[in-house]
Amino acid sequence: MLNIVEIEHLTVQYPDVKALDDVSFTVKEGDFLGIIGPNGAGKSTLFASMLGLNTKYRGTIKFFGQDIKKSKNYLKEIGYVPQKPIFEKNFPATVTDVVKMSLQKESNEKNIDNILQQLWIHELRDRRIGELSGGQQQRVFIAKALVNNPKILILDEPVTGIDQQSIDLFYSILRELNSKQKITIIWSSHDLDAVNQLANHVACLNRTLFFHGESDEFFQNDDLVKQYSEASMQEHMHHH
Amino acid sequence: MSLEILTFSFMHRALISGVAIAILCSVIGLFLVLRRYSLFGDAIAHSSFGGIALGLLAGVYPLWTAYGVSLVSALLITRIKEKFNISGDASVAVLLSSGIAVGLVIIGISGGFTVDIFSFLFGSILLVSVNDTILILFLTGIILIVVLLLYRQILYSTFNEEQAKVSGVPVEKINYLIVFMAGITVVTSIQLVGVLLISALFVIPNVTAIMYGKGFKQTAIISITFSIFSVVTGILISYILNITPAGTIVLLSIALFAGTMGIKSTKLLSKN
Repeated sequence: MLNIVEIEHLTVQYPDVKALDDVSFTVKEGDFLGIIGPNGAGKSTLFASMLGLNTKYRGTIKFFGQDIKKSKNYLKEIGYVPQKPIFEKNFPATVTDVVKMSLQKESNEKNIDNILQQLWIHELRDRRIGELSGGQQQRVFIAKALVNNPKILILDEPVTGIDQQSIDLFYSILRELNSKQKITIIWSSHDLDAVNQLANHVACLNRTLFFHGESDEFFQNDDLVKQYSEASMQEHMHHH
Repeated sequence: MSLEILTFSFMHRALISGVAIAILCSVIGLFLVLRRYSLFGDAIAHSSFGGIALGLLAGVYPLWTAYGVSLVSALLITRIKEKFNISGDASVAVLLSSGIAVGLVIIGISGGFTVDIFSFLFGSILLVSVNDTILILFLTGIILIVVLLLYRQILYSTFNEEQAKVSGVPVEKINYLIVFMAGITVVTSIQLVGVLLISALFVIPNVTAIMYGKGFKQTAIISITFSIFSVVTGILISYILNITPAGTIVLLSIALFAGTMGIKSTKLLSKN
């Protein structure tokens, strides 16, 4: 299988803290990679760097074999679902308006109906985005990310503050996108059980990468899971 | 009252320019309001007052110097916000007062207030010339074409800058374009409502329309409709009653806004 993403020695130094320290890993076509790590582990910095939003890093990031500092073309092949999309609460845009915003080609417009149906939001298409529940909004942003038939879907902690039923629906949608439509998925999450069930690869990040490999390899190694749980528990206590 | 007033050519010019300005302010204002930049129009207008005073002092057509000064300040405001991490409202406040301060000093040097100054402060739509009308129509046409061509990018970067960037939209350039177009729109609108009431045209029809419209285009159309209604009715009423058009226009749009809030709150009450 083709290496679709190659990250080599990625280091991001903020004024007071090293957000990422010498992180290297690859993602192959068709992978479903779950990135886990406690708060402040550098997941959002990693994504910001991969998406070209943060350019102040050392090391290289390649998509489809090409350094992203040389060309932004790779972004056309990526669908991105942010952690919590920020927009004006009363922004006058319907679901269709929002999904259409990311259209790269007019010819992709015919995809919209199918995608909305697939994500169970077709009947909401003329509603204002701000009137929807968190779970519905999240599906709108997935639809928006899918509209250009991306090869890769990048999702940043996308279940924060959403009800369980919507989360289950969201997970089944992800599984289908990966298994049926062969979309490579890179997904950061706090939910170890969900990562265990969905992802076939795991990357464990806490500023440095302390595990990257097959999902089974991680979850069958009690020491690793324990180490991770302790690290995130400490972080959790630290935050409270 | 007869329909005779509709036969005057100054009235034709006033109505044509008024409608063009109404459309322009609604469209540009909708993006500004949604970007939380509602007072931006006000800041540019006040800074262009400095430009007007400069023009009057130098004996140049004041709107030309106003265009120059307002564009420089529009770009400056954006630059200051980007470079020095000063919040949008604070940079607007700085610019707003500096424009008036510069204007007052220049007026002082040139020997005090004149009728000309008042017409710029409060508008003089009934005095708009043929050349002014042509310029207003030309600028409105150009700006609307640019907005239509870049509609998706402007809307997307207004909705969420970060996501727009990831989708490859040149967000910084679009931001500069918006403030540039807003600068031109403000000076063009000075003739209709004057420096002091411009932000009313930018903001009021749009906050009213946002309460009705579902999608973006629908909201824009509702806002344009309200705006044209206020401008046309305002010009006619003010002429008939011999009162100031600027005040009448703005009061009419405030009435539409208040009426809308009334309708919405009775609907909310009846729901409960």
